[in-house]
Amino acid sequence: MNIIVLFMVSVMAIFVWWMLLQRITAKPWLEQGVAFDPRVAGGNGYSPYVAGKLALWVFMVVISSLFMLFITAYHMRMELNDWRHLHLPGSLWFNTALLVVASIALQTARQGLERGNAGRVRAGYLAGGLFAMAFIAAQLWTWQQLVAAGHPVASNPAASFFYLLTGLHGVHLLGGLLVWGWGAARLLSGASLARLRLTIESCTVYWHYLLLLWLGLFALLQHG
Amino acid sequence: MEQVAIADEVHEHHEPTSFISRYIWSQDHKVIAIQYASTAIAVGLVALVLSGMMRLQLGFPHAFDFISPSAYYQFVTMHGMIMVIYLLTALLLGGFGNYLIPLMIGARDMVFPYLNMLSYWFYLASVLVLMASFFVPGGSTGAGWTLYPPQAILPGTPGADWGIILMLVSLGIFIVAFTMGGLNYVTTVLQARTKGMTLMRMPLTVWGIFVATILGLLAFPALFVSALMMLLDHTLGTSFFMPALLSQGELSDHEGGSPILFQHLFWFFGHPEVYIVALPAFGIVSDLISTHARKNIFGYRMMVWAILAIGVLSFIVWAHHMYVSGMHPYFGFFFAVTTLIIAVPTAIKVYNWVLTLWRGNIHLTVPMLFAIGFIFTFVNGGLTGLFLGNVVVDLPLSDTYFVVGHFHMVMGVSPVLVLFGAIYHWFPKITGRMYSETLGKWHFWLTFLGTYAIYLPMHYLGILGIPRRYYANLSTDFIPESAQDMNVGITIAALFVAVVQLLFLINLLWSLRHGKKADPNPWGATTLEWQTPDTPPRHGNWGHHLPVVYRWAYDYSVPGAERDFIPQTVPGSEGHDSDTGETKA
Repeated sequence: MNIIVLFMVSVMAIFVWWMLLQRITAKPWLEQGVAFDPRVAGGNGYSPYVAGKLALWVFMVVISSLFMLFITAYHMRMELNDWRHLHLPGSLWFNTALLVVASIALQTARQGLERGNAGRVRAGYLAGGLFAMAFIAAQLWTWQQLVAAGHPVASNPAASFFYLLTGLHGVHLLGGLLVWGWGAARLLSGASLARLRLTIESCTVYWHYLLLLWLGLFALLQHG
Repeated sequence: MEQVAIADEVHEHHEPTSFISRYIWSQDHKVIAIQYASTAIAVGLVALVLSGMMRLQLGFPHAFDFISPSAYYQFVTMHGMIMVIYLLTALLLGGFGNYLIPLMIGARDMVFPYLNMLSYWFYLASVLVLMASFFVPGGSTGAGWTLYPPQAILPGTPGADWGIILMLVSLGIFIVAFTMGGLNYVTTVLQARTKGMTLMRMPLTVWGIFVATILGLLAFPALFVSALMMLLDHTLGTSFFMPALLSQGELSDHEGGSPILFQHLFWFFGHPEVYIVALPAFGIVSDLISTHARKNIFGYRMMVWAILAIGVLSFIVWAHHMYVSGMHPYFGFFFAVTTLIIAVPTAIKVYNWVLTLWRGNIHLTVPMLFAIGFIFTFVNGGLTGLFLGNVVVDLPLSDTYFVVGHFHMVMGVSPVLVLFGAIYHWFPKITGRMYSETLGKWHFWLTFLGTYAIYLPMHYLGILGIPRRYYANLSTDFIPESAQDMNVGITIAALFVAVVQLLFLINLLWSLRHGKKADPNPWGATTLEWQTPDTPPRHGNWGHHLPVVYRWAYDYSVPGAERDFIPQTVPGSEGHDSDTGETKA
């Protein structure tokens, strides 16, 4: 449980540190008038863009918490004596490359957005989603390889964890693809780039996050 | 960074007009709050009936044919899970969180109204799946509310075929619902506060709900992980938690799994869950006490810091639920220490409530009675918690009724008293009607005294050594016959308290139509939700202009003020600091 405790304590430390920046040492009973608001230095505008980004980051912390718990469980289960090392198929490197390309493609789209290059946005955005789909298909194919090699889900805890972790990672990517699909439909029907900015940027950040998460899981599963 | 100036945008013309878009598929946080609350109360009544049946069995063993040992364990399990997750968590966060956050911080709605609506429908789905488990072959699961493997999924445990699957699936759906709601609450508190509403001007109710939501977002994944892995153990035959064992004379398919791993994961969720329920209750009770004692809350900053401290500490005390699982003594020592440390910020909060009451102008209204009742009950339950937090005391008491008494005082009765107080406090704003004070006071006194008649004797039974979880205690030698007399008494008190809740339902339902019209601010409260242009607040909450906040939420009994309170929306008065908008260092 050390891993998850360390994770939670760090999240909480960041949270409390951030709270301290929000003047939680203020003495509100002495202050009247419209107080200084650290959210926005130059006024009190509420921005759906900032809210959307914030929600995405909070969500990624929640997903991290979920996977940290799985990793904790993985480590605790690994120490029991029926654990057998699972040889991962080499095709996983190919799958990883697909996810890397998806991430790069979305990053291109995001850069295109900043430079106002609509063609680049469109190409990058669509490629990002398609490569992500290819990744999921390739992962499913790897599952079949493993089953064919005599490692079905209940054969050994190492295998069970492999299917569980890759599966859940895929489910999170599918959730991202739902949002991506909504954005792709609007992009193809000619919606203005400014209106899609939040969607494109959020997908990019989320794709990068899921890539990092996958690299972490891949390393973990290799060593298991 | 683009800033869209929607602060004063009027949503009035988007107000839904058809019955369905207004009350069923509504994206208005107030309607969603009421949907959440009614569903939670309805399912809570089911759990109340289940507890009545458990008490019937314990008070009058073998008198009722329909309560078989299996049925008894199913009642225990479903009662516990429903009350903790589907009633308390859903009502405090989904109900009060949804209703109060936007109103108290001066927003027109949650930041993501559509997601908010989805959150409710997922919650409703989780409740329906759970209720369906009563009707599947084998009935609902009887594994105990903690669902410990291996017995939770082994044949012989009631509901081991379908009941447990539906329970785990329902928990999964609930967690998805909670995550959608939680993302909304956090983002709304951080982003959608009105002009002048700094974090340190938020009422403590919002603070409690905010930090509890963060705890929930981080802790519910642990329940998700344990539920998912157990589901796979059960359906696909994996061995995450299931050890190799003989079950009914046959070797099971599993090998090598660790039931203790489940306990760790479960309680890593389970202990923060206590504070997910307690922190909103702490916040609400602070506001009730301050308003009805006409006095500013004592030590506002300390109250906020205590909420944060409890939030952080709640993640490192989980294993005090597992002292009897055979842990290393140093491990137990560590968790005993953290458990006693978390009592410090909690005690600070209790002192501050009492000091708020001290020399206050106490109005014994119905919400105030419930708030004061909460302080008594919480102190009682908290003190027995100090007993159980110590390893050596916990070991002999762990499997007895002492734990049942402690747990129900601190996590059952306390938050429920706050919920009643909160409903009586905000009912005039939510419905625009007053209720019968007399009936409300009867409801309080009978419930308050009745619950003591139920749970205080349980502590005594526990010290006698009477085991909890048993279906019947009749043939055990060391249990004196008088203990059974006490059980009869507890059962009568429990049934009485259950029936008394009809007073509450009748009062509210009757007042919905026939109560006298409520004043927009009947309690003379300072917080924003009482300053809305309409009562009940309309879609968009604030009419044409968002409120501007000039002061903190606790200006009660201000010397020289016109009335004995100054709402948060009133600009600065003479003799105080300027309202230039500058910060004071």
